[in-house]
Amino acid sequence: MKNFKRNGSILILLVLLLSACSSGAINTSTSKEKTKGKTNDNSPIKIGALLPSTGVYASLGENLLNGMNLYFEEQNFEVAGKKIEIIHEDTEADPQVALRKLRKLTDQDQIDILTGPVSTAVAYAIRDEVDSKKLPFLDSHAGGNDLTRAKRSNYIYRSSFSSWQIGHSMGEWAYKNIGKKIYVTAADYAFGHEVAEAFKEAYTKAGGQIAGEVYPPLGNNDYSSYLGKMNQKGIDGIYAFYAGSDAVRFVQQYDQYGLKGKIPLIGSGWLTAEDTRPQQGTSPEGIKASIFWDYSLDTPENKAFVQAYEKKYNKRPSIESAEGYDAAMILAEAIKKLDGDVSDPNKLVETISSIEINSPRGPIKFDKETHNVIQNLYIVETGIVNGKTENKVIDTIPQVVDPGK
Amino acid sequence: MSALLLQLMNGLSYGVLLFIITSGITIVFGILGVLNLAHGSLYVLGSYIGYSLIMEAGLPFWVALMAVPILIAIIGLVLEIVMLRPTYKLGHLSQVLLTFGLAYIFHDIFSMMWGKNILVVNPPEALNVSVEIAGNAIPAYRLALIVIGIVMAVLLWYTQEKTKWGAVIRAGLSDKEMVGGLGVNIHFVFTCVFFLGSLMAGLGGVLGSPILGVFPGMEFQILILSLVVLVVGGLGSVTGTFIASLLVGFVETFSRYFVPELSLIITFALMALVLVARPQGLTGRRVA
Repeated sequence: MKNFKRNGSILILLVLLLSACSSGAINTSTSKEKTKGKTNDNSPIKIGALLPSTGVYASLGENLLNGMNLYFEEQNFEVAGKKIEIIHEDTEADPQVALRKLRKLTDQDQIDILTGPVSTAVAYAIRDEVDSKKLPFLDSHAGGNDLTRAKRSNYIYRSSFSSWQIGHSMGEWAYKNIGKKIYVTAADYAFGHEVAEAFKEAYTKAGGQIAGEVYPPLGNNDYSSYLGKMNQKGIDGIYAFYAGSDAVRFVQQYDQYGLKGKIPLIGSGWLTAEDTRPQQGTSPEGIKASIFWDYSLDTPENKAFVQAYEKKYNKRPSIESAEGYDAAMILAEAIKKLDGDVSDPNKLVETISSIEINSPRGPIKFDKETHNVIQNLYIVETGIVNGKTENKVIDTIPQVVDPGK
Repeated sequence: MSALLLQLMNGLSYGVLLFIITSGITIVFGILGVLNLAHGSLYVLGSYIGYSLIMEAGLPFWVALMAVPILIAIIGLVLEIVMLRPTYKLGHLSQVLLTFGLAYIFHDIFSMMWGKNILVVNPPEALNVSVEIAGNAIPAYRLALIVIGIVMAVLLWYTQEKTKWGAVIRAGLSDKEMVGGLGVNIHFVFTCVFFLGSLMAGLGGVLGSPILGVFPGMEFQILILSLVVLVVGGLGSVTGTFIASLLVGFVETFSRYFVPELSLIITFALMALVLVARPQGLTGRRVA
């Protein structure tokens, strides 16, 4: 019988321990991927990639890196006569780990340019260090608004998106095309709230009315009770921000609990992303989402990108693959303009700010004031083609600029 | 009214799902007293193998439901004999270290073999529909799960409380040496219980995957849920686990409906409350 008491106390300890570090618990591997580490008499340009390859964001990090590698491989890892070396460090989507890895990249590897990360918390954590070390940093994914607002830095540019761009772009469109009363739901973390806020701001400004809001925790597994809350008479739609496993479960349960066909679902592009939809079956049919890149975009740049990506990796690119590809392209253009001399960080960021390219997602350039990207946002609708879901671009909101405050 | 009825059904189906997931670890820890932190990994492995059989090999759901638990049970058996048995003498700390290490190894194997994306298994065709109850659509698969979970609970309860095997297991937990002295091969009993626990993990893995999906890292979520249910229900009884699962299911479902902002806290608050009021768990035996 004495075992019970001991078992019990161990159990309690464990619950506390595990719940405190459930996401951080998966911290075993550190990966060092040196791509084409050729030693040459003229030293290579080193690009540090702070991307997670373990933890919840692992697949996003992998796709970003794939996109970058694809672009540089097309250039034979050589730009303006200089070798390009990508040094990847795993952030584990953990701010503390990321800061340590950043110091390793700057002190030991002496990188010239930094890119990444996926997590906004990581981006905020490394912001001061990057700023004080004058390290040119091209944010290729993390979308937290403040990075190009209050936490703006001379050395930080963002080629991905701000949360505001994602949410705001849908607001007016939803009022015109979906209806006047919408229920808002998003995963309960900073990014989810920022996107939802931006949507509400634009939607109510257009004249719409918010029927209610609910924010389930990140990584939630059962949405039935939330869906029960949303299933009300007299609302015209549901706006949802979910990504990854949350998006799979939410969209499937939205279908299973009979809301599909009754209340239209709109949201951000991650709800029906290229790497999420195969797991959702036919449930996402009819969802309309706003996003800055889609597989189906009909431009020569995108067609070429998709074709090259599928050839190399034997799978479809995701939103993150396109982000990685774009970030690589922007850096390469800047290096070209400087004729391979990246020794002066001030000159480098100035050059980055003037880059204007036609990327797979369409024309992009930087806002000189906020350093955030100016880009088109697309409304995509999911339909069914040959038994499988496919996205189709149905509307374009051209050149969306983040207000910067 | 119909909204509340829907939430009631949701709570019930979520609670039963929790029971299906956690029954394996209850058996192994609650009854056997062996702390297997790799239990969540066995569950996830069950989901993954189920995914490969159903979605990739195209076998019917029922085949996977038969084959996977047996496969997982055999893997569990090998783990028990080769790795865990030497730790019985050493106490819980070495079990924690060993099985937590195993969980990490499994974690990396999962990402290598099945990738890092979430995978979802389709429920069997016949259950892939929604049933209309009092004006609310409820997925048929969830209703089926309620039935399966209750059947499992009754079977486990009967085995533990009413059969000779159950008596030997319960006796073995109270006093290993004495049971050994009475001529029972206690090692064999332990192995059998571990086999059963792993079988449950595999079963949970297959049954849970159409609702929860599967991705690397999920084993830790499963582990936390299991431990919460264990603490609330108390050690050493199937009944306790069943009641605790339903309680956690209802509390979580209704708190999400009425106070969504607090739903995460409320589950853990329930655990803390139980610990303060009844440290041995709701149905746990009193600590001697």
